[in-house]
Amino acid sequence: MDPRVLEAMLPYFVEKFGNAASRNHSFGWVAEEAVDYAREQVAKLINADPKEIIFTSGATESDNLALKGVYEMYASKGNHIITCTTEHKAVLDSCKHIEKIGGQVTYLQVQPDGLIDLKELEAAITDKTILISIMYGNNEIGVIQPIKEISQIARKHGVLFFTDATQAVGKVPVDVMADGIDLMAFSGHKMYGPKGVGALYVRRKNPRVKVTSQMDGGGHERGMRSGTLNVPGIVGFGKAAELCMQEMESEAKRLSTMRDRLETELMKLEEAYVNGNTDHRLPHTTNISFKYVEGEGLMMGFNKNIALSSGSACTSASLEPSYVLKALGLGDDLAHSSLRFGLGRFTTDEQIDFTIKAVTDTVLKLREMSPLWEMFKEGVDINAIEWAHH
Amino acid sequence: MAYSDKVIDHYSNPKNVGTLDKSKNNVGTGLVGAPECGDVMRLQIEVDEVSGLISDAKFKTFGCGSAIASSSLATEWLKGKSVEEALAIDNMDIVEELNLPPVKIHCSVLAEDAIKAAINDYRVKNGLAELVTEEKSH
Repeated sequence: MDPRVLEAMLPYFVEKFGNAASRNHSFGWVAEEAVDYAREQVAKLINADPKEIIFTSGATESDNLALKGVYEMYASKGNHIITCTTEHKAVLDSCKHIEKIGGQVTYLQVQPDGLIDLKELEAAITDKTILISIMYGNNEIGVIQPIKEISQIARKHGVLFFTDATQAVGKVPVDVMADGIDLMAFSGHKMYGPKGVGALYVRRKNPRVKVTSQMDGGGHERGMRSGTLNVPGIVGFGKAAELCMQEMESEAKRLSTMRDRLETELMKLEEAYVNGNTDHRLPHTTNISFKYVEGEGLMMGFNKNIALSSGSACTSASLEPSYVLKALGLGDDLAHSSLRFGLGRFTTDEQIDFTIKAVTDTVLKLREMSPLWEMFKEGVDINAIEWAHH
Repeated sequence: MAYSDKVIDHYSNPKNVGTLDKSKNNVGTGLVGAPECGDVMRLQIEVDEVSGLISDAKFKTFGCGSAIASSSLATEWLKGKSVEEALAIDNMDIVEELNLPPVKIHCSVLAEDAIKAAINDYRVKNGLAELVTEEKSH
């Protein structure tokens, strides 16, 4: 989190402790004013009206509210939703829930570069389709989907368009008007704000969109999300949005320059591959497979100093590699050999230098230890070996 | 998840990384795991024909730190043991020595499988019957 965000939040824990929903005393007014101001800051970042911002506990809740809320609200119009296989689990699992209660969901495959095929999207629309849910920028590979084109298709067929823009908001210009977005999920902590606060943008005009509340109670947030507002969190979220607004342009340039340098240097290694489209992607991410070394083993070489994640989910109880990488058509072996790099506001050139050296050294060291690398070097066809699957 | 100091030590300074000449009659090679599962271990033993003891052991592993540590430890334990003694190495001994968490137990199972596969390769090469061992769940 940015220290400037913390500074903005601090008064709202003790000094200004009011409940934003308490309308009959000054403590409540102070809190309400702070929330209103934050709502304006957040709305401005995405070119929305403040009334279109519904505060939630984070993007997972926003995803749930958008999908389940639209499904319930528009039940009389249809029960079909279109999404894609590389969406965040909060979207995919909400869709699975909807299928269980009678909905129909189409999961579009992505192309090898991670982008969806717009023709396939349009062909999947039926007279029962109520919502298209396609993420803005992917959390694992950073690929940015053709948002404007998707919204135009949705508009043409009278279907609502929801996007999970958690990775994109604050990093690249996101404009709900120009992009034609009807609903959008995003969160505070992905833009240097606090954890535990997020928002759902819900369009109020052309068309006016409604969602059925998934959290019932006092009717907060225009009846779409009950619950006492997290005033300090929202204030921090607002401040974070303001900072992104001011610094995004220069920051995106700085990050993509560092990212490109990192990538260019690491691609000097033999048998290294960048995953996903490199022309349409977020400025701060890259995902690289280093063939014949295993991602988790690789991370162990520098995880004391660098926080990265591996496409191989070996750390969890399941031994399944990343479903996003598999959706791109990567074999399990390459998916197990990938690392996801995420840069941020506090990343420096020195850290990039350090990362280049640490990753390069570790890949070389582990390849010396890898039986697969030895076989590759000796010209043995690894795919021809009958491996015992366990 | 934090790794134990012993896993970190084997990962940073692996013992006996390398390759023995698999065409030699007194070298047994075991290759277990699969690239798709994220773990492949190759473990080799060289048996001294006079004493019957394992005079050298080498490994190469594609896998996480725990898999590398399990195979490195296995090679250390193998050296100087007779083939019969080597057969007695149980994956739970490795789990205990390296403090492996439950999600990493399969790494130790793989190391035990690699030892048995290397011994079997050696036995078959020397006209002995292949040993059948019970499958451990991975």
